[in-house]
Amino acid sequence: MDVGAWCKQSRVWVVAGKGGVGKTTITATFAGVAAAAGLSVLIIELEGKRGLCAAFGLEGSVGYVPTQVFPAPEPWTVGEGGHGEEAGGAPGKDGVPRARKGETPTSAAPSPGTVWARRLTPDDALLEYLADHGLHRVSKRLVSSGVLEVVATAIPGIRDVLVLGKVKQIERSGLADVVVLDAPATGHAMTFLTSASGLLDAARSGPIRSQASDVVEMLRDPARCRILPVTLPEEMPVSETVEASYELEDRVGIHLGPIVVNCFEEPLPGLDTDVDTAAKEAGIVLGDGTRASLEAARRFRLHRLELVEEQVARLHRELPLPQLRVPRLFSPAIGPDELGRLATALAGEIAALPAQAGAA
Amino acid sequence: VTDAPPATGPGDTSSADEGGEAPGTALGPGIEVAASLATVVERRPVVVCCGPGGVGKTTVSASLAVQAARRGRRACVVTVDPARRLADALGAETLPNTPSLVEGHWPGTLHAVMLDPKGTFDELVDRYSKTRDQARAIKANRLYQNLTGALSGTQEYMAMEKLYELTSSAEYDVVIVDTPPTRNALDLLDAPRRLTQFLENRLFRAMMMPTRISLKAINIATQAVLRTISRVAGAEIVQDAVAFFQAFEGMELGFHDRASAVRELLADPATAYVVVTSPRADAVEEASFFADRLAERGMRASALVVNRVHPRFGGTGMDVPDAPPGTALAVIASNLRELNAIAAEEEASFCGLAARVAPAAVATVPLLGTDVHDVDGLLEIAGHLFEDEPAGGPAHDVSQGAFP
Repeated sequence: MDVGAWCKQSRVWVVAGKGGVGKTTITATFAGVAAAAGLSVLIIELEGKRGLCAAFGLEGSVGYVPTQVFPAPEPWTVGEGGHGEEAGGAPGKDGVPRARKGETPTSAAPSPGTVWARRLTPDDALLEYLADHGLHRVSKRLVSSGVLEVVATAIPGIRDVLVLGKVKQIERSGLADVVVLDAPATGHAMTFLTSASGLLDAARSGPIRSQASDVVEMLRDPARCRILPVTLPEEMPVSETVEASYELEDRVGIHLGPIVVNCFEEPLPGLDTDVDTAAKEAGIVLGDGTRASLEAARRFRLHRLELVEEQVARLHRELPLPQLRVPRLFSPAIGPDELGRLATALAGEIAALPAQAGAA
Repeated sequence: VTDAPPATGPGDTSSADEGGEAPGTALGPGIEVAASLATVVERRPVVVCCGPGGVGKTTVSASLAVQAARRGRRACVVTVDPARRLADALGAETLPNTPSLVEGHWPGTLHAVMLDPKGTFDELVDRYSKTRDQARAIKANRLYQNLTGALSGTQEYMAMEKLYELTSSAEYDVVIVDTPPTRNALDLLDAPRRLTQFLENRLFRAMMMPTRISLKAINIATQAVLRTISRVAGAEIVQDAVAFFQAFEGMELGFHDRASAVRELLADPATAYVVVTSPRADAVEEASFFADRLAERGMRASALVVNRVHPRFGGTGMDVPDAPPGTALAVIASNLRELNAIAAEEEASFCGLAARVAPAAVATVPLLGTDVHDVDGLLEIAGHLFEDEPAGGPAHDVSQGAFP
């Protein structure tokens, strides 16, 4: 399967999963894969998290105005100086987020092979919506007087709908070949994606309603939007992914992409030989302490590999979708090097997908 | 509503050992000897477990409660959204919001409550409404029905409200509360203030004044805003809001006082905060953020629990053999190095946090093979948290994986 073509089958990819499964890492990885395939990519980040920039080797977190985070010339060496100058009009120096104030929307857009990223919090979306509706001047007062809070409570999901409405606007504008959305953690993701359908029931008329129905239309069209669920090969994340996936399909009608299994561990050939036999074969005599430690570590790992296999099999049984397995990296943080390794693995998994898997 | 810190603020340790914990004795202003996690569950009346989502906070909270019961206390744990099988094991799913007894062989008692934020809010409305009709009108209002789901911080506040209610009931020696996976740590600490602020919204209160001053009292710009909101979102939205605040009339004071009481409880030096995290860098960063916010408010963490820590195999400087490449021994040796590298990196990541929350006690729980579904599993966790207690049966031989 051609990786670029596969990534392009949907304009918006919503990366969703429980907190702690590595959503942000997979967001960055998937964006990297698409960019390496020659596409222009925009990441939309909803919570102002720091991990995203760190993955690309940058400091701070992304700002409201799209910033280039991954330049094409030297893949996976982002942040080694000179970043930000390459692409025409790339805002933000050194990835440091710029202040909202005084910013003017930029017409700069990612070029093929680059990844750009921007923040889009519910408050950003709300203020932008108000500005679009001629309420720019009073928006500050609305926030400080608490009126917005009352309105947002009265219309549950309005913040989420406004965020998704903005995503839809970006999708329609064709700003990037692929838009990768780092969704809120499950629970939040569920409300986030069901908000538009919920709002259609609540709001009977007006622009908000039409906004919601546009969003629902986008979410239901697999050529425009798909979910990339992310899970870990562990019991609770697998259970929650299965549950959430069916619910999203049923309640939102959103098309599920393959499941990304993050931190997958391949069996280690040779690990099933016990230490004594292995030592004898290698002609090495081990001290008692070393022998015991090696054996304890061996059993620990074998047990874990067994659990990984068990959970991956269960995931496949309960949610029969193709899986994209991304290896567990034995490193504490994700930086450009790690991202490069993950992207290579993910691209390989996508390339190995059966031709009809994505188009189904 | 003021946001002033309580009278007993940072540095004031004079009443820090109200719970009577001996090792937590104040040595002087600002100096406190670290209390162990054991003294926290044995002496403190209120324990708030906080930290990032997905690190096993619910399991740790329940294990602390189990331990308190084992030490003879009447313990109650408030869980928020536990995994189904654990909820079943705690018997908490049968009756949300109501403590249910968890059977076990311990001298104390253990109750578990699964928080139902909406139900908790309903109880508050029942408590503070003047008449049954008023309560009915509020509960029927659409804005009210959305409140727990849509107003950020409400779930957090309801967890704290439940905590307050259980603490004041005097039926328990210790109430341990698990907190919702909060996107922003401040949501938890600010929740009482945010809710009262919402309920005291001046604009809508102006709107429900007698008609002669009603909308005239509001400035023109705001009127324009309300008209726009009606136009954009539908007139029902504004009508619902007005109806809600009208129905709420007269209850603000009760709610306000209650929120103040909850806030005082959270700021009380006898309330212990246990920061729970996993050793992963992103979780540690989030936990550090939370610990800093606590410290800013003079509510420093009493203990840090690092859950799911990789065990370390063999002591430092152990001689791992250089096996010939391609042999099984080479794979086995590299496995050990890999696992120990993870352990070392994890340790480096959470040691920084441990130093930051010092003198808070630090306890670690090793990565276990399976999830915790039952009381035996909780006992096993407690065994790791309180190392002098016999463990319920370790899943792995981690005897060589002891952490400093």
